[in-house]
Amino acid sequence: MTALSNFITHLPILSAVTFLPIVGALFILMLRGDSETVARQSRYVALWTTLLTFILSLAIWYQFENGTAAFQLEEKFDWLPQYRISYHMGVDGISMLFVILSTFLTPICILASWESIEKQVKEFMIAFLVLETMMVGMFCAMDMVLFYVFFEGVLIPMFLIIGVWGGGRRVYSAFKFFLYTLTGSVLLLVALLAMYFQVGTTDIPALMEFKFSREMQMWLWLGMFASFAVKMPMWPVHTWLPDAHVDAPTAGSVILAGVLLKMGGYGFLRFSLPMLPEASLYFAPLVFGLSVIAVIYTSLVALVQTDMKKLIAYSSVAHMGFVTIGVFAATQQGVQGAIFQMLSHGVGSAALFLCVGVVYDRLHTRDIDRYGGLVNNMPKYAFAFMVFMLASVGLPGTAGFVGEFLILTGTFPVSSWVALLAATGVILGAAYMLYLYRRVVYGELTKADVKEMLDLDPREIAILAPLIIVVMWMGIYPMSFLDVMDASVTNLLKHYHDALATRAADITPLGGQLFAWLR
Amino acid sequence: MLTEMPLFAPAFPEIFMAISALVLLLLGVFLKKDSTNLITVLVVIVMAVAAGLSIQGPEATTTFGRLFVINGFTVFAKVLTLMGAALTLFLINTWAHDEKVARFELPLLILFATIGMMMMISANDLISLYVGLELQSLSLYVLAAYHRDSQRATEAGVKYFVLGALASGLLLYGSSLVYGFAGTTNFEGLAGAMKTGPNAIGVIVGVVFVIAGLAFKVSAVPFHMWTPDVYEGAPTPITAFFSIAPKIAGLCLFLRVLVGPFAAMIEQWQQVIILISVLSMVWGSVAAIAQKSIKRLMAYSSIGHVGYALIGLVVGNEEGARGLLFYMLVYLFMNVGTFAVILSMRVKGRYVEQISDLSGIGRTNKGIAMALGVLMFSMAGIPPMAGFLGKYFIFVAAVNAGFVTLAVLGLLASVVGAYYYLRLIKIMYFDEPAAAFDPPSLTTGIIMGVSGVLMLVIFIVPAPLVNGAEAAAKALFLG
Repeated sequence: MTALSNFITHLPILSAVTFLPIVGALFILMLRGDSETVARQSRYVALWTTLLTFILSLAIWYQFENGTAAFQLEEKFDWLPQYRISYHMGVDGISMLFVILSTFLTPICILASWESIEKQVKEFMIAFLVLETMMVGMFCAMDMVLFYVFFEGVLIPMFLIIGVWGGGRRVYSAFKFFLYTLTGSVLLLVALLAMYFQVGTTDIPALMEFKFSREMQMWLWLGMFASFAVKMPMWPVHTWLPDAHVDAPTAGSVILAGVLLKMGGYGFLRFSLPMLPEASLYFAPLVFGLSVIAVIYTSLVALVQTDMKKLIAYSSVAHMGFVTIGVFAATQQGVQGAIFQMLSHGVGSAALFLCVGVVYDRLHTRDIDRYGGLVNNMPKYAFAFMVFMLASVGLPGTAGFVGEFLILTGTFPVSSWVALLAATGVILGAAYMLYLYRRVVYGELTKADVKEMLDLDPREIAILAPLIIVVMWMGIYPMSFLDVMDASVTNLLKHYHDALATRAADITPLGGQLFAWLR
Repeated sequence: MLTEMPLFAPAFPEIFMAISALVLLLLGVFLKKDSTNLITVLVVIVMAVAAGLSIQGPEATTTFGRLFVINGFTVFAKVLTLMGAALTLFLINTWAHDEKVARFELPLLILFATIGMMMMISANDLISLYVGLELQSLSLYVLAAYHRDSQRATEAGVKYFVLGALASGLLLYGSSLVYGFAGTTNFEGLAGAMKTGPNAIGVIVGVVFVIAGLAFKVSAVPFHMWTPDVYEGAPTPITAFFSIAPKIAGLCLFLRVLVGPFAAMIEQWQQVIILISVLSMVWGSVAAIAQKSIKRLMAYSSIGHVGYALIGLVVGNEEGARGLLFYMLVYLFMNVGTFAVILSMRVKGRYVEQISDLSGIGRTNKGIAMALGVLMFSMAGIPPMAGFLGKYFIFVAAVNAGFVTLAVLGLLASVVGAYYYLRLIKIMYFDEPAAAFDPPSLTTGIIMGVSGVLMLVIFIVPAPLVNGAEAAAKALFLG
């Protein structure tokens, strides 16, 4: 046992977690035989690889020290010395839990695709494992070029997953997803190049120390905003998300909602806020405005949806609106709440998409009207769905409550109006989620084909049970997560406010007078 | 007056190639049976030896009355060109035997064209530049019409010849203007004259004509009109050759001419190159969208890539040259691999070249589809593929030199470009299978596999290649 723990402590653990899925993918690539056998074996290889990755990633959490804001478990090698780009990996309190979130959701996705993916299983599993590498690598990257590589690298497997295994207008959605995100990303790349030009390195800790001039900050901020706002997605560049969700296979939607949407928020926290404090202060009202529109508008849009996935997709945009509000409120509760909200939404909305997947596998439709009365013949399903629905609504005791509450508390001192308007989103959220639940689960069980639907099988229970546990855990004892991020967030905000105190006394945020009145 | 014998050592690779070409020509005539295979192998060996001679060659120097120069830059460029030519020779040989059009002149024409390119790269005088360029171009005209019974190929050959002759004329006219106003055609002499003398309007006009001629040879917009037609009409492996070695040699020559003799005029020529570069990037991406033939698509793709590479020239410093050289290196492997894929688009022994013929090969020909998929993502510049690094270095150079708008335009054009590269992926993987392709031949299989893998390998360990490009760029600015 000591030998094992010794081995794990000396392993370059972040790289191991990042690239283990690639090893699994190579293994699957080498499988030969008739297509049935290959399909079965690749499912098992993918499952074991992702489970092993998850267990290994728990070692990251185990080794992680909560009390410090420093980057931990760092690894650094020269990659391109001529351009001073290094392979630099590390985690802090902001990124560590996202790594765990990614590795936690991937095996669940593999299980969720066990039966629903029937064609080209081998390729699907390879794409998913590559996707996991890209996600984990992105959260661990401590060099901006490396970050960008993983950030864009995600597009390749996701594009294929939507386009090959999706349904409906899969080709349109795949292209829309890819081109929207790529357009945003290249502007991030311009910002990156400009920062490299100024600082002479792309190492993230070095960039954090550098003080950019105010004019430069504005341009850099806008370049990054173009990318992260699309990823987030913020209103009005959110339109790719409902399409991508509706046409992606269940596992694709789960990862999209669970992890990919968090890249935007993570980007704001990792780059915009610490590196560009003056611009962040200046543009905060813009973010607040767009976020409030997102929260209210997309909640209203969600109310009238007839497609389950589309409804949840719009609810994601609304929830992400809370995150951007929390991040740019730049208070301890606001930022911690934003991170927590991202995590809880990562688990909760992923679970909701899985719930949709469960009934979709049986009836092959996502039309809400085609269901009704499921509580009678699928009680276990009704229970699981209820837990996740309530988490999404933000019921105290579930994961969703903590994040929303912290964000609203943190925003109130900055702008009571923004907090008030955002709070209406909570009410609207309850409306559309409960309305969805009523139409699908309650009511008379009249439709013949719905009557024949069977309750959850053991595989589906194995998928949903861990999610229920995590959702409850996050709701009842959030401290295990908040403690991790506490020191890093405190440090981030200290830097942010110090920078503003010394250099930004004269900044009037965008729309100055209006904003002052709104306070 | 007794003149001294010139120094031959710097030009050994070229002299060796020229003599070998003549000997092989005789050999081909005297061997009665079909000797294409033998000659091809010998030509590849000649190229390999020439590359070795270049690398082992003497220090940076000039010879033949300062008509001919060698330095670290020319060595790098020559090795790249030779590599491109040799790799395409393999493709050409396989194809020629398949189509039963194998003739021993085919590899020899490639060899002659390559000698011309080597001359271009080493040219140190507008006269020797022209001689090298014409040797290359005349061989290429013949190659374009090689399929002499095919109407399309002969049309391509004639079109290429007429327009190419026009471009050569422009170049010559420009050179004569430069000579008239500066009094010399020698690169060093010109550099000196540009530094001391005023920028006579005649020299500027002359340089613009020279640029137009060179832009034609590398098919940059607006001198690109011949490219799609010639690419489509010429036999596929010849198209592969057109898109690789002459482009590399042409861009290296472009770089040498503009940062060498005309370095002092950077303010004047920079504007022209910016325009050419932006037009090439934009038109290369936009016009490619509507193409149905994969060869026309590759024509526009190469126009676009030349546009990106020209950004390195716009910057006009060491960093830009380094980016350009690295870009061409990646471009070489991307294009060789892609053309290997195009050459394996055969249904029941017949070559097909419509993009729609790729439908669903993600399920029927997994190997080919995966190779082309990797190459397309690389061409689109999506990490983690080598194409991303190529673009990254170019844009780093641009931003560092203050050309932020140019970088933004280039990056946005690359998003448009991504659309048509993705379209190929979509057709391969998202669409229902059409007729499956025959299994690729061993040579094409190896070439596409290796270039696909190289896209990842170059991305993971780029440092050695960047070092090479850096040394070459340094040498360019030293002498």
